[in-house]
Amino acid sequence: MNAQQTTTNQLPEKKYIRSHEPIFWGLFGAGGMLTAFLTPVMVLVTGLLIPLGLIDAEHLSYEKLHQFVSSWYGAPIVLVLVALPLWHTLHRIFHSLHDLGIKRGRDWQQVICYGFAFAVSVFVFTLLLQMLSL
Amino acid sequence: MSAQTMPTQQAVSDKVIEVEILRYRPEQDEKPFPQLFEVPYSPDMSILEALQYIKDHLDSTVSFRWSCRMAICGSCGLMVNNVPKLGCKAFLRDYYPQKIKLEALANFPIERDLVVDMGDFIKKLEEIKPYIIPATDDKCLSEGTYKQTPEQMEKYKQYSMCINCGLCYAACPQYGLDSKFTGPAALALLARYNRDSRDAGSAERMKIVNQEEGVWSCTFVGYCSVVCPKGVDPAAAIQLLKVESSKDYLIGMFKPD
Repeated sequence: MNAQQTTTNQLPEKKYIRSHEPIFWGLFGAGGMLTAFLTPVMVLVTGLLIPLGLIDAEHLSYEKLHQFVSSWYGAPIVLVLVALPLWHTLHRIFHSLHDLGIKRGRDWQQVICYGFAFAVSVFVFTLLLQMLSL
Repeated sequence: MSAQTMPTQQAVSDKVIEVEILRYRPEQDEKPFPQLFEVPYSPDMSILEALQYIKDHLDSTVSFRWSCRMAICGSCGLMVNNVPKLGCKAFLRDYYPQKIKLEALANFPIERDLVVDMGDFIKKLEEIKPYIIPATDDKCLSEGTYKQTPEQMEKYKQYSMCINCGLCYAACPQYGLDSKFTGPAALALLARYNRDSRDAGSAERMKIVNQEEGVWSCTFVGYCSVVCPKGVDPAAAIQLLKVESSKDYLIGMFKPD
């Protein structure tokens, strides 16, 4: 018998289960980054610069925005801007439920949270696809 | 207190500070209860010294752990006014004239008075293999030591400063909610060995990291790094491990083992 083997292998082999969290953490991180950088800009533009008349409100008119959203470059930008912060938010809500000590139905909490983010992402995607004018 | 206004000489020794200790002696107390002591105040007195004064002069039955008195051994961790601190590194002057409330480290079961059962943390520490695992085609002892550049050492040095005091576990709300979480100190030490150029055990340790109860129970509250008395920054170590785990996940998707 190999003495060294027996001393190092005393613990029974433990089964390690890989978490799928990297996917959701990745979306959470990307969405958080976008939110952190864009929210102040959006507040500045729509909340201050336009009401103060420093930016002509005509630049954000319905026609202009519709034109942007239905363009080939505008559509993916809007999809990313809506979907990623949404995944970020629902990931945070899912973990906050745990932090608040709501232990019941973690599976369902997960399905509802990420399911909502997924459903809205798909909805926005199809909506943008329909609006697309090439 | 009137002692403050008294002229010179006796004034220093007349100052007292109230120290409330959460007592628990399992053989006679049904549940923990607070007990108040009055300790002579001096600005250079640490909380550990105050405890030693209480044990020597007021009540010899008070139990607490200590050894080095200089923030090296990590034995005297306790809750000071609900904040995890080392007794030897916290001073009365930062609390005086307010009362100091001392309790056993949070999130661990109380063994007796200020002594906690750290068994769960020690088990986790063992599990992460906190030692260098050399590559299998290891060189012979006669071939000499493993050399490391200052850059290679810088990659892990900060995380090697951990003294296993357990303050980060007492601070971690996620460990408090679910003790299955591997926890800050164990993960910081895991990072320490994974980042060491002499180590070849990363693959084994990543299995622990990749679990739900590995890095993914952490929500980056960051309080562990705030309370750490040695500036280890376990929260940063865990965030870096999350990046490693994500890379590992992507590789695993295309190359399952």
